Amino acid sequence: MTVSPDLDRRFRAAAEAAELIDAAYDLVDSPLGPLFVAATTRGVCRIAYDAEPEQEEERLARGFGLRVLRAPRAVDSVRRELADYFEGRRRRFDLAVDLRAGGEFGRAVLAELARVPFGETTTYGTLAARAGRPRAARAVGTVMNRNPIPIVLPCHRVVGSTGKLVGYAGGLARKELLLELEGARLATHSSTSR
Amino acid sequence: MTPIPPFERFYLAHREPILGFLARRLGRERAEDAFQETFLRALRAYPRLEHGLHLRAWVFTIASRVALDEHRRSTSAGEPPDTPDAARRPAYAELEHLTDGLPPTERAAVVLRFGYDLPYAEIADALGSNEQAARQAASSGVRRLRKELG
Repeated sequence: MTVSPDLDRRFRAAAEAAELIDAAYDLVDSPLGPLFVAATTRGVCRIAYDAEPEQEEERLARGFGLRVLRAPRAVDSVRRELADYFEGRRRRFDLAVDLRAGGEFGRAVLAELARVPFGETTTYGTLAARAGRPRAARAVGTVMNRNPIPIVLPCHRVVGSTGKLVGYAGGLARKELLLELEGARLATHSSTSR
Repeated sequence: MTPIPPFERFYLAHREPILGFLARRLGRERAEDAFQETFLRALRAYPRLEHGLHLRAWVFTIASRVALDEHRRSTSAGEPPDTPDAARRPAYAELEHLTDGLPPTERAAVVLRFGYDLPYAEIADALGSNEQAARQAASSGVRRLRKELG
């Protein structure tokens, strides 16, 4: 017997209200395509481009617990802040993040990353130095590549030492779009590079 | 060992048969509340699961209990406590305990048949098999119980 959208919605809302979900998620529309967005009671824990929901659910289950459920209300604050950001009304996210699934070095680097301001860029080497490992630029690159919460943790603001965009897990076109949205000066668009 | 799927997958796989089952037991309208209660109970118990086998039988057992609770609630007001429903309660409670040592399929078949009084067609739904297999599972479960209990 088909479960009506209304009954389905009521169950998901009840599960969320009863705080029985380890990680709740929803798909959120954005100018960069639909985003898979997940949150725990501690904060946002995942944003993914081009997501395969089943794969993302498995990943959430490994990191946070088996009770992974699509529950749109649980990510409402993330949805709102992302919309504000993409519409140019927000330059800083006020969201708590849940990074418990990552390693210690990764967390330290991501904490430094979170301090890179809107519209500015930094380099992998600078970030490594700020995280206390000045020679670990390559490892920082890996952390950026695996950043579980892109956009909110702005790995798009990290570029190569020559100012080249270098790489982005969501594709370079998205990195460029995000930096353009923020009005950052890009090496590819100007004659001066660092 | 069969891994336990993320709850979303489990819910999507079982929500329709569960709603159908509850609607047959309680009628369409009351089935909706029971549906929600069934999956909330499953969500509460989910972290205690040890493997992903027999999840369908597991959630049908929960739904049966919810249906029984719901049925009892709606008939209990003003009625004497010796209605058939009240009398049936110890049957499933005791059976769930007694059948602990049975293989999971036999256990589910015995509990659903004799504890909840489900017809074999619905037990077959719960086990994801056919009526004949459900009948066989229940009867070999009973044989095994007789042996074990002397």
